[in-house]
Amino acid sequence: MRRVYLDNNATTSIHPEVAAAIVPFLAGLYGNPSSLHWAGRDVRIYYDQARLQIADMIHAHPGEVVVTSCGTESDNHAIKGVAYGNSEKGGHIITTTVEHPGVLNVCKYLENKGFAVTYLPVDGQGQIEPDDVKKAIRKDTILISVMYANNETGTVFPIKEIGAIARERGVPFHSDMVQAMGKIDIDIHSLGVDLASFSGHKVYAPKGVGALYIREGLAIDNLIHGGHQEDGRRAGTENVIGIVAFGAACEIVRKEMQSEYNKIESLRKRLLEGILERVDHVRLNGHPTTRLPNTLNMSFEYVEAESLLMALDMNGIAVSSGSACSAGSTEPSHVLLAMSIPPEICQSAVRFSLGRENTEEDIDYVLSVIPEAVSRLRAMSPLYKR
Amino acid sequence: MAQGPYTATVMDHFMHPRNVGEIEDADGIAEVGSAACGDTTKLFLKIKDNRIVDAKFQTFGCSAAIASSSMTTEMIKGKTIEEALKITNKEVMDALGGLPEIKHHCSVMAEDSVKAAIEDYLRKKGKG
Repeated sequence: MRRVYLDNNATTSIHPEVAAAIVPFLAGLYGNPSSLHWAGRDVRIYYDQARLQIADMIHAHPGEVVVTSCGTESDNHAIKGVAYGNSEKGGHIITTTVEHPGVLNVCKYLENKGFAVTYLPVDGQGQIEPDDVKKAIRKDTILISVMYANNETGTVFPIKEIGAIARERGVPFHSDMVQAMGKIDIDIHSLGVDLASFSGHKVYAPKGVGALYIREGLAIDNLIHGGHQEDGRRAGTENVIGIVAFGAACEIVRKEMQSEYNKIESLRKRLLEGILERVDHVRLNGHPTTRLPNTLNMSFEYVEAESLLMALDMNGIAVSSGSACSAGSTEPSHVLLAMSIPPEICQSAVRFSLGRENTEEDIDYVLSVIPEAVSRLRAMSPLYKR
Repeated sequence: MAQGPYTATVMDHFMHPRNVGEIEDADGIAEVGSAACGDTTKLFLKIKDNRIVDAKFQTFGCSAAIASSSMTTEMIKGKTIEEALKITNKEVMDALGGLPEIKHHCSVMAEDSVKAAIEDYLRKKGKG
């Protein structure tokens, strides 16, 4: 059976050149990069080079990049690091209702610890209003955390405008950029962010490595205490294979980004238009234009998303319903609910997220499977009236 | 073929559900669950001489919900009302070869639909 992977926002395949880059570290280069001797030095050069590759991807200085284990660790480090480092100044945090659980649940945790949190609403297209950020700032606001691009809908947020507001008011600004990296160009210094989270496995590196950008001069508390690694900012023996892979992936993706994403954007358009042509009672969730090039979130009314996901899976097509982190739960997506989409339409939402390996043939195959799968499920649905 | 968290029987009943549809002159009808919560099922029963002679269903829900409804209609067809009322969600799950814990509620919905459709029949019968 043909297999088509359209769940690249959940994770990506490892790029073959990334796989090749880590082979020497599976056999031969085993030193601890913190060791002074030859074995450590042999590895250290690659470690430093990888940090530079990650920094180049976001146009940052290498000293501003702290290597972590994943995007969620980066989110935790950024938010708790600011909160615990500034708690004497009071504790009010501004975020949005549509953040990834890596941010949302850290904020909820801090609420239980006595911090106050404002969750900003989004409009029907999942967009936030920079002016709402300005209005929410209080005297005791210690942090603003707004994602660059939403993982479920692909809506891209006005980070630059929010960055300018944060600068003007002197409030540190964190952005979860996990889904933005590799899909849109990130010029970190021009965006006015102080902290930003990234993840390797969303850009064709393996799982288990992430990065946190910390603007030069900004001091935050550590999340993991121990040794002196990462310039004393993140303890624990360095994940050499992880960072080498992440670095290689950044270098490749940075070079290919423009051409890859023109291709991916046209495939996404082919998928969207193909679905609209072939299936009635569908709706696009998320912003129609201010969006990631690869993400398509659609509700197939009268059909529950998990059943459609399984029906597509039976045909070799991998998609997601809601975000992977809440899969298995019957709760509708918090992101779509925040967009004031009726709960039964949220239950019908499927996310297609494209990647570098997808082809026109993949999309045409998916378009040949969807109409029948949807009409079969609609024929069973008590909500569907012919 | 087993798929993801589901047994081969669940996938079979999901891909080839038995007894999908409506019964126009049904003797008992019930709709349980709600689309807003992710699952809703509608059950139609044809009852003759205290025995379920036909059962059909419509479900908006996950694959486990569809498979549970399908299996339930198979289990109640030919049974007396008293026998059908005794069928538990556990028996539905066992017949499916098990369901993941997070999907147990789907079999509860199937059991509830049988009870509610029989209640509807008894209510109508009482009036008539």
